[in-house]
Amino acid sequence: MTSTLKPVPWALHAGVLAVAVAFPFVFPSSFMVNFGVMALFYAFIGQSWNISGGYAGQLSFGHVAFFGVGAYAATIVQLRFGLSPWLGLPVAALAGALVGGVIAVLSFRAGLRGSYFALITLAFAEVLRIVSNSIGITGGGLGMLIPLKVSSENFQFAERSGFYFLILVMAAGSIALAEWLGRSRFGAQLAAIRENEDSARALGINVFAEKVKVMLLSGTIGGMGGCFFAQYFLYIDPLIAFGADKSVEMLLVSMIGGAGTVYGPLVGAVLLALVSDVTRSLTQIQGLSLVLYGALLVVIIAYLPNGLIDLFTRKRRRRDGAKK
Amino acid sequence: MMLQVAHLSKVFGGLRAVDDVSLDVEQGRIVALIGPNGAGKTTLFACIAGFLPLNAGRVHFMGQDITGLPVHRIARAGMVRTFQITQPFAKLTVHENIAVGAYQKYPDRAQSWEHARMVAHQVGMEALLEQPAADLTVAGRKRLELARALATSPRLLLLDEVMAGLNPSEILEIIAIIRKIRDGGVTVLLIEHVMHAVMSLSDHIHVLSYGKIIAQGSPQEVVSNPAVIEAYLGRGSAAPAADVQAQVQHA
Repeated sequence: MTSTLKPVPWALHAGVLAVAVAFPFVFPSSFMVNFGVMALFYAFIGQSWNISGGYAGQLSFGHVAFFGVGAYAATIVQLRFGLSPWLGLPVAALAGALVGGVIAVLSFRAGLRGSYFALITLAFAEVLRIVSNSIGITGGGLGMLIPLKVSSENFQFAERSGFYFLILVMAAGSIALAEWLGRSRFGAQLAAIRENEDSARALGINVFAEKVKVMLLSGTIGGMGGCFFAQYFLYIDPLIAFGADKSVEMLLVSMIGGAGTVYGPLVGAVLLALVSDVTRSLTQIQGLSLVLYGALLVVIIAYLPNGLIDLFTRKRRRRDGAKK
Repeated sequence: MMLQVAHLSKVFGGLRAVDDVSLDVEQGRIVALIGPNGAGKTTLFACIAGFLPLNAGRVHFMGQDITGLPVHRIARAGMVRTFQITQPFAKLTVHENIAVGAYQKYPDRAQSWEHARMVAHQVGMEALLEQPAADLTVAGRKRLELARALATSPRLLLLDEVMAGLNPSEILEIIAIIRKIRDGGVTVLLIEHVMHAVMSLSDHIHVLSYGKIIAQGSPQEVVSNPAVIEAYLGRGSAAPAADVQAQVQHA
């Protein structure tokens, strides 16, 4: 892995942001804007996984738990309590953080690491799926349909670009968070925990507390992603909210792009969105995009184990090396 | 007194790995803990630094009872250990490795990175700052262990065989570095097998054998102690040595 503690040059951030802002003006068709929304959405929830899995090394198979809890919390606040859907965003963030904190405290207190932690997160997500399927307030297996009422106060934009810019702000925020990790003491401590917990402890790092903190953060992002998803598609049910496929996607976009890097999830998400849109327009076979994506993953893990980002950093390193 | 260990015992199943050990480390000194392989030195270190729970005994650090405190609290109080089997943050660079230690003292990035650079200079790793820790040689890794611990600005360093596997010139360099660290105000307790290093560095030596302290004193006192010679060379080995001494005195 390329070092996570190297700050990304500001010019690169500015360039990426400029391209992202210009995108819906250059490609205003609703197909293309939808593509942009999905890419940024996966970049956003991928960053949720990346922060705990890539930066802190706590690999999880159940990150959809945060996403689903956020989606349900926001929708319940709106439909059952009649509050503004915008309020759903902070509520979803809180709900995600809460679930992240609970999972973290329970599993890290029990000393679960590595594959055991991955499996327990998967179990938590499955439990939440079953619970959401069987209790009343979530609408059970029928799910919840958010009534269509287009107005920006109602979190429903007449133009898709409204959603685009909202998710752009969210994704930019998550990227800023990752960038901060690379520059901060917290991020350095997470990298230390990822590399060697005993050494981290020996140097005075409270490993348990830092791991709980990172899961709170990760849960916050995942929860907000769930709220956005529910408002964009206006429908959630237990399988959409807690399906294992979304956990896999959150993990894959990070791994393919480059786990533990600022732009890994974005790079992976753009690729995922591309693959899924291209396959969908070429064939009717359900899920073919994930098959293709899986094949891509095999190729990338074989040749670029640190993710696509490595293509760029490798080149930079070679140039740096030449200078010396 | 920097460190006071009183009646510390650690039992693994039926094995008393550390058996009623008491030892003191005075401030500003370099104190060595020696003993044959399997004597329990590393276990004792792990117990003192909080990595293993004790079966009996107390540990006082700078007058405070730290028995049973979690490792990170003990480290933050100023007692930091290194590992005999080096445990670098493999994918981070040398600079980043040391900065993790420095961050414990300086929360600000610029300050901690600068401090890390200074520590790297102190241990002679300045040229390696941008190398990934995974690419270091054994000597480099040992130095990195030392640098990372030193970067936390500890009061007491527990060094577990930082010279094992080094060549003679590397050992001489490390000896000089450890002396400089002590002169900078850090007390050092070290486990070491390289005897000439122990003899030239230490102000005081404790000898551990089968989990018990069998001797302690100045380097000269310890090497001429029959119990120590027996522990290292086997029963009966001390007698001929004593005979020789007696003959010398006779003549």
